[in-house]
Amino acid sequence: MSSDSLEAKLIMDASGMRRALRRMANQMGEKHPGAKDLALVGIRTNGIYLAKRLAREMEAIEGIPVATGVIDVTLYRDDLSRGRPNPLVKRTEIGFSVDDRKIVLVDDVLFTGRTTRAALDALMDFGRPAMVELAVLVDRGHRELPIRADYVGIQVVTAKEESVVVHMQEAGKEDEVLLVGPGWREET
Amino acid sequence: MSFNASAKLWQKKDLLGIKDLSAQEIGLILETAESFKEISTREIKKVPTLRGKTVVTLFYEASTRTRTSFEIAAKRLSADTINISVSTSSVVKGETLLDTALNLQAMEPDILILRHNASGAPNMLAKALRASVINAGDGFREHPTQALLDMMTVREKKGDLRGLLLAIVGDIAHSRVARSNIYGFTKMGARVRVVAPPTLIPRGIESLGVEVCHHLLEGIRGADVVMALRIQKERLQGAFFPSEREYSRFFGLSRRVLEQAAPEALVMHPGPMNRGVEISPDVADGPFSVILDQVTNGVAVRMAVLYLLAGGIRGEDLH
Repeated sequence: MSSDSLEAKLIMDASGMRRALRRMANQMGEKHPGAKDLALVGIRTNGIYLAKRLAREMEAIEGIPVATGVIDVTLYRDDLSRGRPNPLVKRTEIGFSVDDRKIVLVDDVLFTGRTTRAALDALMDFGRPAMVELAVLVDRGHRELPIRADYVGIQVVTAKEESVVVHMQEAGKEDEVLLVGPGWREET
Repeated sequence: MSFNASAKLWQKKDLLGIKDLSAQEIGLILETAESFKEISTREIKKVPTLRGKTVVTLFYEASTRTRTSFEIAAKRLSADTINISVSTSSVVKGETLLDTALNLQAMEPDILILRHNASGAPNMLAKALRASVINAGDGFREHPTQALLDMMTVREKKGDLRGLLLAIVGDIAHSRVARSNIYGFTKMGARVRVVAPPTLIPRGIESLGVEVCHHLLEGIRGADVVMALRIQKERLQGAFFPSEREYSRFFGLSRRVLEQAAPEALVMHPGPMNRGVEISPDVADGPFSVILDQVTNGVAVRMAVLYLLAGGIRGEDLH
């Protein structure tokens, strides 16, 4: 896990992630019976994998496929003019009309809320959804904007300088969530 | 969510030519442009990325395509744009390029896009200005964004540039498009052949790693991409070739001539075209023509270049 002496604390393993996603899908199903007009939009990169997994769980519960899309928020970040490095721009792929749809944005970690704000701006450029909700696997606190998640896999108390690292099978890793301290480096 | 910082890949303040770029930097621009292309297909063709940035285009030569393409690119990224054409500026009163640029600098633009008939003019300004400078074509030297959009178009259609053969037909000697494409395609692993009468090929061009051919049929034989260059009618005065009609007969791209190229070879032209001179209308509008794709990709490439130059930490690289 870690290549130096700093410890990484496991806060969710593969079965924990599976259970959390199933619970979140059940909550979505309760709120949106029949998954009518529902679509899940994953925020790059782990959000895409999570949105697809949640869509599969929803299909198992509701019996109908749920549309998924991909959103890249790079162009909506508010720190380009602050001299930050240029992040790599990736594609946004929303192959359905968002107009009058119930959209659930999906991300792996909710921290300051700035990524969610950027995703909301990006989504609104595609149309006018009937409503937008937020699903996150981990809520680690330290919000800088008035944003909260509607569906949360796990809530973790963290120090601001710590990081939450989400590994997923789709990215070639074992499913797990780690809490790591500053200076922690991942073996590649 | 975490961001992959590409600042390590892109450290440049200016885009002056393809010659200065590494294959990795070219790849980064092309990948970024491919992502930007989607924005132009949206109903709302605008993202807030360059909000608050000012982009100035300063064109000392006539241009519709390039200037409009840069302006659309900047506007799609929400930058403020100002277009200065020399015929309506203080240049007609005798102001030098450097003075014009320094006066513009005093108004704090972020990016200055320059087209100039003097080779090296953008390099001079890049040294003098805090703003990023983009070369939109300088003399006979370079036209980097044209080569980038050409590479993007070929990559989109053929998947990869490595191993392809590009034949550039026409006035190689006076073409900044040809020069930038030679640098770009060879850096990205393609072979380049230049095809023209001896009077239109500069001496020693082989040193850039290209093959030279003076016969059209031989020159485009087996080519995966055939790029026709505009014959600048003003060159006729210089007696580089006897007549437009003769040039067309020996170096014009026709459907019959294209049979020599590889199957499904792409036909390109940087525009504006002289139909019936360097390219016949049925080839320009034919099934393998990607001339309008080039124009579409021009906006995406210029958005990518503006984005990469407008943000990021360049540290020591700043003047």
